[in-house]
Amino acid sequence: MSEQPAAARPVRHRAAVATPAGETRASAYVCEAASCMSAQAHDITVNLAAQCAAAGLTDVMVKRVGCLGLCAAGPLVEIPQTGELFAQVKPGDLGGLITALKSVKPGATPKPQGPFFEKQLRVATENMGRVDPESLEDYIGRGGYEALQRVLADMTSTEVREVVSQSGLRGRGGAGYPTALKWTTVAKAEGKQKYVICNADEGDPGAFMDRSVLESDPFRILEGMAIAAFAVHATEGYIYCRAEYPLAVARLRTAIRLAQRAGFLGANIADTSFTFDVQVRLGAGAFVCGEETALIASVEGKRGTPRPRPPYPAVEGLYGCPTLINNVETFANVPAILRKGADWYASIGLGKSRGTKVFALAGRIVNTGLVEVPMGMTLREIIYDIGGGIIDGRPFKAVQTGGPSGGCIPADYLDSPVSYETLIDLGSFMGSGGMIVMDDTSCMVDVARYFQDFCRDESCGKCVPCRVGTTQLWMLLDKICRGQASLADLDQLERLAKVVQKMSLCGLGQGAPNPIFSTLRYFRDEYLAHIVDKRCPAGVCEIVRLPDARPLDAQPTEVPA
Amino acid sequence: MTVYTLKIDGRDVAGSEGQSIMDVAEENGIDIPGLCHLPGIHDRGACRLCVVKIGGSPRLAAACVTRIAEGMDVVAHDEELEEYRRAATEMMFLERNHVCAVCVANNHCELQELSADLGMTHFELPRISPTVDVDLSHKLFGLDHNRCILCLRCVRVCDEIEGAHVWDVMHRGLETRIQADMGVDWGDSATCTSCGKCVQVCPTGALFEKGRPVAAGTRDERPFLPWLRVHQEERGL
Repeated sequence: MSEQPAAARPVRHRAAVATPAGETRASAYVCEAASCMSAQAHDITVNLAAQCAAAGLTDVMVKRVGCLGLCAAGPLVEIPQTGELFAQVKPGDLGGLITALKSVKPGATPKPQGPFFEKQLRVATENMGRVDPESLEDYIGRGGYEALQRVLADMTSTEVREVVSQSGLRGRGGAGYPTALKWTTVAKAEGKQKYVICNADEGDPGAFMDRSVLESDPFRILEGMAIAAFAVHATEGYIYCRAEYPLAVARLRTAIRLAQRAGFLGANIADTSFTFDVQVRLGAGAFVCGEETALIASVEGKRGTPRPRPPYPAVEGLYGCPTLINNVETFANVPAILRKGADWYASIGLGKSRGTKVFALAGRIVNTGLVEVPMGMTLREIIYDIGGGIIDGRPFKAVQTGGPSGGCIPADYLDSPVSYETLIDLGSFMGSGGMIVMDDTSCMVDVARYFQDFCRDESCGKCVPCRVGTTQLWMLLDKICRGQASLADLDQLERLAKVVQKMSLCGLGQGAPNPIFSTLRYFRDEYLAHIVDKRCPAGVCEIVRLPDARPLDAQPTEVPA
Repeated sequence: MTVYTLKIDGRDVAGSEGQSIMDVAEENGIDIPGLCHLPGIHDRGACRLCVVKIGGSPRLAAACVTRIAEGMDVVAHDEELEEYRRAATEMMFLERNHVCAVCVANNHCELQELSADLGMTHFELPRISPTVDVDLSHKLFGLDHNRCILCLRCVRVCDEIEGAHVWDVMHRGLETRIQADMGVDWGDSATCTSCGKCVQVCPTGALFEKGRPVAAGTRDERPFLPWLRVHQEERGL
């Protein structure tokens, strides 16, 4: 071993910074996902390893792991033997951690960690915060690549699709299209070359599920993609990840390299005739590139604009070949389904929405972070039990789900279960899983204006209704927010929103008016307060009073000297 | 070749496999409006004026890019569609600075004709009135972004027919502009062959021949568009 001090030693590609030679009595899992990393989590890992060595703790393992979930309280360090979670750890003050590590008894059982963790059910994120994201051994140690090996050894592609079909898995990117149906379409489509694409262009404001999965468990995505490729007879794959996620991209690239070296990617995977390789493509910051046809254009090196469907990518996709596109979370579910069985997965959930869903809790909520819950859990349980309620105990006003194509759900519906169908009934949308919680300090007209501004800015400019319509909608909302609109403008807003929804080419434009529809449905009184009473009930909008029209025969007002 | 029979606005029509609804409608004298559509170049379904209803589906489909199928029931004209089309046409007018009275294309502008056909009498929404450039650097032609509706006929005709690919698109949303080469002035373009095809296909006065007064636009009787038709048949498009 080198004589370098721990801090100067490179730590990438090392399963643990401090690995005990003998049995591990205690370990410290340091969260090194993006949000904790931004709070110097890596310094914690390095310092902690050095201090353990200095304290003579040779039976303590210090390990970098992915997201521990409770992002609001980061940087986080967990001692898995006792279940203790240290929040807001400072790299310069690790004394408490060292004491705790010293006192761990061999064979300790973890104590309960509170409702944030206990009400969750982790499937797609089961390895999150458990494995070192840059260690293939760690991943295999937690059952990784078991599913792929079993698939390659014992199953036909039809059987794989059958298992996925029985599990009831639906696309986690938002629309909830049955995954097995898509796989079957691609498998049956004619074409010599087929592709698998992982859509990691997560762009909804307030959503960070895909980022956390990629940063915490990248091998899982590669395994899920390989299984999918086997099931649809594809040999090449792309992961389209937004460039705003540098850590996720770096870990993916490391994972691809390690998997290739270990024979889990490339030619003759696991000593079978199955060949599949993956490349990473970076998105250049366009929200619309999360739309599948725009994504394909972007992978091809063209301008990232959508094209009308049909033909769907499953028939004519990348380079005109049949292409399977699934979201990160969909692929993350696949290895677990094949390892534990379709019945197990199908036993979780509600109605036609089976399994679990990862949500990114954001906004005015105590426990900002990443949670995975069974479908069918109520919004109240997610927001109050897991999320810890509203900051400062203020009243809950609405939760925004589904990103810019979603809607705002008011307090009256807090006891609705969360599933694809119920959210659509409520005028919202599952989307990729962002949940932005709002209290009485949010003005719903302002929220609608915010999302419209986002869509206006992100419109690719290809079709007229979206390019011009979203701007016109934004102008109308802005007029309402400034207190200068009339009731005729409100009618105009509704009429125009309908046109944009019906006429737009892709999901971005078709979904852009949804925040307007849902806020009008539940919070019409707020619109009216802005228009009729010229006031903003939440005190957010700046009402600009126009001078009252003066009668023509009135005398000019005298200006005091 | 498989022949499909379908209904458009209640009329029984027939077309061959691979044809779009727009093609079949044109062959049968059914007028479906469209500004980005031009026979002879590939369709992109972007102006959304040709949207039709198919078989009671709530989703509208662009007729220019939707291939026909056996037994399709297409509604190309009804009150609702006309209203949507009027709204989309209005949006095109509001987006840039379309002032017909001082436009070179006045009286032979497809956008203007369309608005008349749709009975558009006034704007219900405010103009956006952006400040955009006029490029007069080319020796023969001019480009007035004020009149551009981003149909991209020029882009496609230059790429697919002339083979020069001078034109492409830059920026996004309302900032979208057509650009020559990689954003140079048209006159400085190294690839432009000055063939004028883009000017011929422009539906408005965005691309025009220099030296023409107001309302004396250049879409005259040159045998260029019919040639496109021939080209289309030869290539089996």
